[in-house]
Amino acid sequence: MTAYLIRRVLYAIPILIGVNLLTFVLFFVVNSPDNMARVHLGVKHVTPEAMAKWKRERGYDKPLVWNAAAEGVGTLSQTIFFEKSLSLFAFDFGRADDGRDIGSDIRERMWPSLAIAVPVFLIGILIEITFAMVLAFLRGTYVDLWGVVLCVILLSISSLFYIIGGQYLIGKLLNLTPISGYDTGLAAAKFIILPVVVGVVSGIGASTRLYRTIFLEEINKDYIRTARAKGLSEVRVLFHHALKNAMIPILTGVVVIIPALFLGSLILESFFGIPGLGSYTIDGIRSQDFAIVRAMVFLGSALYIVGLMLTDLSYTVVDPRVRLS
Amino acid sequence: MALWRSDTRPALIRYSLTFALFLSSTACTGSPWNNPYPASDEGRNILYSSFEERPKHLDPAQSYSSNEVAFTGQIYEPPLQYHYLLRPYTLIPLTATEVPHASYFDAQHRLLPDSAPVDRIAYSVYEIHITPGIRYQPHPAFAKGAEGRYRYHELSAGELQRVHTLADFPETDTRELLAEDYVYQIKRLAHPRLSSPIFGLMSEYIVGLREYGAVLEKAQAEAGRNGPAAYLDLTRYPLEGAVAVDRYTYRITVRGKYPQLVYWLAMPFFAPMPPEVDRFYSQPGLAQKNITLDWYPVGTGPYMLTVNNPNRQMVLERNPNFHGERYPTEGESGDRAAGLLTDAGKPLPFVDKAVYSLEKETIPYWNKFLQGYYDATGISSDSFDQAVRISGEGEVALTDQMETKGIRLVTSVETSSFYLGFNMLDPVVGGYAERAGKLRQAISIAFDDEEFISIFRNGRGTAAQGPIPPGIFGYVEGRNGINPYVYDWVDGRPRRKPIDEAKRLLAEAGYPNGRDATGKALVLHFDVTTGGPEDKFHFDWIRKQFAKLNLELEIRDTDYNRFQDKMQSGAVQLFQWGWNADYPDPENFLFLLYGPNAKVGKNGENAANYHNPEFDRLFERVKNMDNSPERQGLINQMVEIARHDAPWGWGYHPKQFTLHHAWYKNAKPNLMANNTLKYRRVEPRLRAQLRAAWNHPKVWPVAVALAIPIALVLPALIRHIRRERGAA
Repeated sequence: MTAYLIRRVLYAIPILIGVNLLTFVLFFVVNSPDNMARVHLGVKHVTPEAMAKWKRERGYDKPLVWNAAAEGVGTLSQTIFFEKSLSLFAFDFGRADDGRDIGSDIRERMWPSLAIAVPVFLIGILIEITFAMVLAFLRGTYVDLWGVVLCVILLSISSLFYIIGGQYLIGKLLNLTPISGYDTGLAAAKFIILPVVVGVVSGIGASTRLYRTIFLEEINKDYIRTARAKGLSEVRVLFHHALKNAMIPILTGVVVIIPALFLGSLILESFFGIPGLGSYTIDGIRSQDFAIVRAMVFLGSALYIVGLMLTDLSYTVVDPRVRLS
Repeated sequence: MALWRSDTRPALIRYSLTFALFLSSTACTGSPWNNPYPASDEGRNILYSSFEERPKHLDPAQSYSSNEVAFTGQIYEPPLQYHYLLRPYTLIPLTATEVPHASYFDAQHRLLPDSAPVDRIAYSVYEIHITPGIRYQPHPAFAKGAEGRYRYHELSAGELQRVHTLADFPETDTRELLAEDYVYQIKRLAHPRLSSPIFGLMSEYIVGLREYGAVLEKAQAEAGRNGPAAYLDLTRYPLEGAVAVDRYTYRITVRGKYPQLVYWLAMPFFAPMPPEVDRFYSQPGLAQKNITLDWYPVGTGPYMLTVNNPNRQMVLERNPNFHGERYPTEGESGDRAAGLLTDAGKPLPFVDKAVYSLEKETIPYWNKFLQGYYDATGISSDSFDQAVRISGEGEVALTDQMETKGIRLVTSVETSSFYLGFNMLDPVVGGYAERAGKLRQAISIAFDDEEFISIFRNGRGTAAQGPIPPGIFGYVEGRNGINPYVYDWVDGRPRRKPIDEAKRLLAEAGYPNGRDATGKALVLHFDVTTGGPEDKFHFDWIRKQFAKLNLELEIRDTDYNRFQDKMQSGAVQLFQWGWNADYPDPENFLFLLYGPNAKVGKNGENAANYHNPEFDRLFERVKNMDNSPERQGLINQMVEIARHDAPWGWGYHPKQFTLHHAWYKNAKPNLMANNTLKYRRVEPRLRAQLRAAWNHPKVWPVAVALAIPIALVLPALIRHIRRERGAA
C-alpha cells in the first residue's frame, strides 16, 4: 500500500503542474498584467508609470511563460509562470495583490468554511440515509411514491432559491436566526444554523434518490432473500444486512468530498456573509487577484487528489476483497 | 438495531442540550433570536453599518475608493475638511489652524502679489500651521521602555511568535502630532513599494516629488538586498517640495499655480504619518501575520480601528486621545427645520462605536435593515418598489410599509456624471466638421436620458445639461442653464426637442432618414461591458433610441478589460462612461474635455478624446482661477463650446436615495466629506424597543413543519409493521 501511495503522490505532481498551467493560461487569456494593475490602482489618475511600477513591485513585469531575453534556464525560470508557480509546491501561497499573506488568510478562513461544511456534510448524510431507508423500507407505498416526487422537486430547485427562501422564511418571517453574518467561538452557533439547514435541505433531493436506489438494489440481492427466508424481520434485514453493504458505494462516494469541505461553498458563504474560503475565491475572481485564484485552484486540486486517494483507501477498509497494489 | 452506535448517544444529547441552552440563553436575555450582534450590545451607543467588499488598502497613501475612505476618513486627519452642513461645499480647518492661503513666487523665487498673472507664477507655496496638542491614538509603535527606546521596534523571533494581532502588544503609548508627520506622509506618496494612485498626478505639481520617487526607488533597490520589505527611512531623504518649518508648521511648494491643492489637503492622502509607526510596521515577520500599516491604521481622528477582520467585521471605537471638536452651529437654510442643528455646539463624536459587517449581497442587507439591524441603507433596484413610490408628477415618497416603521428618506444629486461618449477620433461620429457635430447633436436628442432614468434608475437621477453637475461652482440652474441644442424651455422646465428636430439635423449631417449618400443605412457601433443578463433590456433600449432616427446600431459587448484596452487605443465609436468628483471644483469636470488630457496617446481622463483649442485655452485660464463672476463667465463659454461640439450626449447625474431609521440622527448627505461618522447620532433605547417589537420569534410553524412528515409516514409505517407481524 505504501508503494501505491508514493506512486499516487508522484502522479499528483504533473497533474498539479497541469492544473496550474491551465489556470495560468485561462487567467491571462482574459487578463493582462496591465489590466490587473489598472484594477488595483483604480480607474482614476492611473499613469503608465504607476502601472509599470505596480507590475515591477509584484513581478508581473516579466514575460508570461518564455523569456527570450534571458539565457539558459532563465528563459523558463525568469517568467511570471515559473516564479508564481514554484512556491506553490511548498504550499507557500505568497501574497495577494493587496499585500495580504494568502497562507495566513487561508488558515484563518478555513475554520468558518468547516463550521458550515462539516455539519452540512454529517447532518446531510444522516438525514439522506434515513430518508432513503424509510423510502426503501416503505417501498411501493404512498410514502415511497410521494417521497420520490418530493426528492425530484427538491433537486429541481436552484440552490439560490433555497438560500433566499431560507433567509426570508426562517430569518425574516419567523425571526428564528440571523439572516446572515458570522461570529467566532460559541457565538457562531446562531449564524451556523440557517446555512446548515439550507445546505442540508438543498442536498436532500439528489442524494436521497441515489441512496434509495442503492438500498433497493441491495435488498433485491440473494443474500437478502436468504435472510428473509431465515425469518428475519424486515427491520433487521434492512438495518443489519442491507445497510452495511449499501454503505460501501455510499462511503466511497462521500469520502472523496471530505477534503474539499475545507474549500467551503461559493454561493452559500457569499449570501450568508460567512468569511470562509468559498467567498475568498469569489473575492479573488472579482478583484482579478491572480495570486488568490491560483492559490485556491491549486489547493482545490491538491485536496481533490487527496480525496481520491482516501477513496481508494476507503475501498480497502469497507470491502476486504479490494487490495491496493 | 439502532441507527447509530450507543456510544454516540451521549454526544448527541450533549449537542442537543447545548442547542437548547443557546435557545434559552437568547430567550432569557430578551434579545431577539435573529439579532446578529451580541446581546450585551443591546441598548449601547453603537452605530451599525456594513461594507460590501473588503477594503484593499487602509494606508492613507494608497486608499482611494469609497469603501476604503469610509474607514480611513474617520481615523486619519488631514489638515482640512469640508463643512458638514454648508453648501456649496466649503473647506474648513481640521488639524490646521486655518485654511492655507498660497503665496506666489516667480522663477527667481521672488514673492509675487496675489493678483500676479498665471504665467509669471513659477511656484506656489502653502504654509500650513497645525494646532498644537493633538495626540495620536494609543498604539504599540509609540510605546517606549525604561531607557527611552521603542519597546516594539526590534521584535525578537520569540516575541513575534506570540503576536497574532495588534492587540497582542500589551503596551501602548501616544505622542503629539507634529508638522514633520505631514511631511513624512507626502514623501510616502513617492514610495516605490506603495504605488500611491495620486503619485503621478502630484509629481506634476509638488516640487521634486517625481525625482524623489526615483531616489527612493534606487534606495529601495539597495535596501532590497537586505530583504524585499527592508525599511526605508524617509527622514533621511529630504523632499524639496515638502518641508517642516517648525514643530507645528510645514510648507508645500507646487509648480505654477494649483489652487485645487487645498482640496487634496482634505483627503487622507495628506494625513499625517509618524515615522516610528512606519518603522514599527516594517519589521520582518509582522507582514506574514498581516500586521501592516495597510491594515492597522494609526491616526489622530475621532475613531480608531479596534477590530480589523476585513473578512467579517470592522469596528471603529472612540479614540480616547481625540482632541475634540464640536458639531457645526450653522448650516443651510432648512437645516434647522430638518433637525440638523439640534446638536449644534455639542462635542463630537456622538457614537461610541461603529460596527461594520461584511454584507456582500443586497437582499440580506435590505432584510436586516428592515429588521432594525442596520441603521441606514441605500436602495437597490430589487427593493426600490418596496421602499419608494413615485407619483405621476415625479414626486418621491416612501411606501406605507416604510412610513409605518418610521423610516425616513434623504435624497441628493451626486457630484457625478454618466454620459454617452462619442470618440472624436472616429471618422464617422468624430471630428469637428459641422456635419459630424450635427450627427452628434441629433443622436443626443434621440437618446432620451429622461426615459433611461425612469426605466433603469427608478427615477434616481437628473438629466445633465452639460459637464458640470449641480452643487459644483459653474453649474447654472433654470432657463439659462439648459443645453439649447437638445432642450427647449417649456412651462418652466427643460423639455427635450422633438425627434423631428433630430431627424432634420441628421439630414443636414448627410444622413437623411438614416442613410448616406449612396443610400446605405448608417451603421454605428456601441461598445459596452456586460454586467449580467439583465443588461439585455438596457441594450435593447439603446437600440431603440437609435432606431428613432433609422440608424442601425451594432452593440459590441465585451468584458471590462477588453473595453479598457479599446478605450486606450481609441478603437471605439460610441460608449458610456462616468466620472465621480474628487473635489467640488469645476476643473475636476472640465478637465474631462481638455485636449492634452485625452485618453488616446496621453492616457488621460478625456475619454472622448475631445480637442478644441479654444476650449483648451479657456480651461488653462479657468483651472487656476478662484471662484468669481469672471470665472463663471469663462465656464459658461466653455460649456457653450462643448454643447455645440457635443463630444458627449450629456447623460445624467445620479440621485442618491438613502433610507434611515427613526433613531438615526444628523443624516445629511455630504458627498465630498469622508469623515462624517463623527456627526452621526443614534438613540439606542428607541432602537432596542423597535427591534424587539419587530423581531418576535415564531416557533410554532417549525413544530408544524416537523409534525407533518411524521404524521404522513406514521400510518404507512404502522400498516407495514402490522402486515409483517401478521405474516409472522
